[in-house]
Amino acid sequence: MSDRTFTYVGTRPVRHDGMDKVTGRANYGADFSLPGMLHGVVVRSPHAHARIVSIDTHEAEAVPGVLAVVTARDIPETRAKLMLGEGALDLRDISENLLARTKVLYHGHTVAAVAATTLDAAREGAARVKVTYEVLEPVMTIEQALAANAPILHSDMITKGQHGAKAPSNVAARMELKRGDVGNGFTQADVVVEREFRTPTVHQGYIEPHACVARWGEDGRAFVWCSTQGPFAVRDQCAAVLGMDAAQVKVIPSEIGGGFGGKIVVYLEPLAVALSRKARRPVKMVMGREEVFRATGPTSGTRIRMKLGATRDGTFVAADASLYYEAGAYRGSPAGAGMMCLVAPYRIPNFVIEAFDVVVNKPKVAAYRAPGSPTASFAIESVIDELARELRLDPIDLRLKNAVVEGDAAPFGPAYGPIGLKALLEAARRHPHWKTPLAANQGRGVACGFWFNAGMNSSATVTLNMDGSAAVVTGNPDIGGTRAAQALMVSEELGIPVERIRPGVGDTDSSGYTDVTGGSRVCYATGMAVIGAAQDVREQLRARAAKIWNVDVASVTWEKGHAVPPKGAEKAEPLSVNDLAAKMTHTGGPIVGRASLYAPMAGPGFGAHICDLEVDPETGRSRVVRYTAFQDVGKAVHPSFVEGQIQGGAAQGIGWALNEEYVFDKNGVMENAGFLDYRMPVASDLPMIETVLIEVANPLHPYGVRGVGEVPIVPPLAAVANAMRDATGIRFTELPLSPPRVLAALNHEPTPVRTSDELSAVKADS
Amino acid sequence: MATVHLSSGLTQFTGGVTVIEIDATRVSDALDMLAARYPALRDQLDEIAVAVDGEIYQQPGYQELTSASEVHLVPRIAGG
Repeated sequence: MSDRTFTYVGTRPVRHDGMDKVTGRANYGADFSLPGMLHGVVVRSPHAHARIVSIDTHEAEAVPGVLAVVTARDIPETRAKLMLGEGALDLRDISENLLARTKVLYHGHTVAAVAATTLDAAREGAARVKVTYEVLEPVMTIEQALAANAPILHSDMITKGQHGAKAPSNVAARMELKRGDVGNGFTQADVVVEREFRTPTVHQGYIEPHACVARWGEDGRAFVWCSTQGPFAVRDQCAAVLGMDAAQVKVIPSEIGGGFGGKIVVYLEPLAVALSRKARRPVKMVMGREEVFRATGPTSGTRIRMKLGATRDGTFVAADASLYYEAGAYRGSPAGAGMMCLVAPYRIPNFVIEAFDVVVNKPKVAAYRAPGSPTASFAIESVIDELARELRLDPIDLRLKNAVVEGDAAPFGPAYGPIGLKALLEAARRHPHWKTPLAANQGRGVACGFWFNAGMNSSATVTLNMDGSAAVVTGNPDIGGTRAAQALMVSEELGIPVERIRPGVGDTDSSGYTDVTGGSRVCYATGMAVIGAAQDVREQLRARAAKIWNVDVASVTWEKGHAVPPKGAEKAEPLSVNDLAAKMTHTGGPIVGRASLYAPMAGPGFGAHICDLEVDPETGRSRVVRYTAFQDVGKAVHPSFVEGQIQGGAAQGIGWALNEEYVFDKNGVMENAGFLDYRMPVASDLPMIETVLIEVANPLHPYGVRGVGEVPIVPPLAAVANAMRDATGIRFTELPLSPPRVLAALNHEPTPVRTSDELSAVKADS
Repeated sequence: MATVHLSSGLTQFTGGVTVIEIDATRVSDALDMLAARYPALRDQLDEIAVAVDGEIYQQPGYQELTSASEVHLVPRIAGG
């Protein structure tokens, strides 16, 4: 716990953007329109893997109302890298994912975009773009990608991290972590459990589809209004892809209806700018849900082999794992992060973990909440559950026995600072949920999870108004209640009531550079910038008070929202923020505080979830009947939104565990690209998810804050699978635990064949 | 001398060396010296993050090092 006593932080005011959102007044990406605006649509590949022989746009351009058609020929070729907060992005991959140049690499890959005066005309134009393809064999599974005679997606892709690799490969990278002597470690083990796990491609499932409006001006400058997790990321990607200076692009973010990592990548914005540049009219582009599924997001399908050994008393002695993550069409799966997260919650003296980034003919994966960690956690936490059963140990006790504490080395090297894993596991063990008897056909599972929590670049300004109210502006779109949290931080520093703070999301002209709303970084990193900006205001207020009192500023102190004069100062009474704000014109002019910083990643988060599942033995349908999530949150600035993040992450993870999966046909075409067939949990599917907040202060943040948004999606996959094991006696190693799969297992029938497996069978027979 | 720890995936480029003492006062200098000492490692360094005394920097740069600094080279991480 942080020793600091707070006045505002830790309270639960109504969020400033709440009323507009619940009354439907808030403006999202598709709500914006401009006079003279055109409608843009894209032409998508009907093939999962094909060479583009030719693209003929003449007929499309002749459609009445069509004013612009763009293809890859309209954007410059590049091999440059673009540095964004999370690292270097390969511009060629971004560019070719936006508009395929020589090959299409997944069904739905964009090959052209059309803008017209009406949506119907744009669709008609798109239908008349003639693309000639040389169809190639699709690579839809990790097994197909790794096969000796596999079709190669990228002829210039050489495996990174593989010394001596020279031949093109579908393996973009190999990574490895190792500690101790694994062979010797396993000889010390009394029990060894080894399983292979599979998880399907799943989507982030944000409710608001991608949408934007772009306007190209005669001065060569562009405006982009869009729904995004990062206006600066959109600006820099648009500028880099189109060969413009960043200063020539202004991005204005709308409210955002979810992103979860999927709204960091650009899919529409550069196309809309390119169309607007060509047509000299504003262009609006809005995706439908089917397009969102087929051509954005998803996260990796995975195959993970996990082996773990323990002594009779439950001490983990060795681990050995291989992780294969699908990257989709272009390199960049979160295999490395999965490798680093896999054993992060536990002390294991000997391990070797290898990870592979594998390209397949599916959409290029995008970040998804703790990218890479949930599927890794599914593997190890399932194996730990089996170990607990074999050793006849309580599964929480087994985890507690091996849990990392401050000073232990993370598997990727550095020692952990203060962390709350043991505290939250002890809270879980004490919680009534863990002891409550189960009913018939019910089972209980527990699992842990880890995520790094990002830092990166953040800026903030705090502007004091003459009536003593204030505005705080950052460049982070508000997804999870960050405006309210930022207002609370300003209140804490200046003593201004939170209702008198107006927290805002700036555009790329009106806020300092700020990295994306992602990586669980906003309350931590941007929060530190907000605190710094508020403290800057406070220092200016002290200086103004010193001027009024005609004393040295160093003698002025700040107490409970007031500047306090030095003892003995004549005619000097403490001055409130209101007093000083009213005098700002006479004491030096406007008072604007600002702060910019780069925050390292240093506040890792851990969570543990308990899940009770009830299984209908006649149908295989299961239902979560009780769910409790425990998490070390550092310091909950606005506890309601911390709890909301945990509940949302748990709900997404439960969907991943129970129902969600991309189903592809033999040609690599997604068969369930809509919410009727891609089953995500809705509120009526789930019980109230109880949350227990543990606060172990992060020493790098002035309030002790650590990121909270990603950790809660990590444990549910295994917590649900372990509950299923408890309820049915069956260890499922492949997700989702959908009714057909569960029913087949209950009836001792073969697991229903997935289309990808059918495809492999067809190939084997031919 | 700062101590640089390589993940096992990188030691194939250093002839098996896992821990290297580097006389550098900044991360960027340490990486340059590493690449000079182990040329095969150079291509691997453009996509790594660096942990300095437990704090991870996604974009290695001019972070200060002391003689007691513990530096770990780790894969870069994207968040959602």
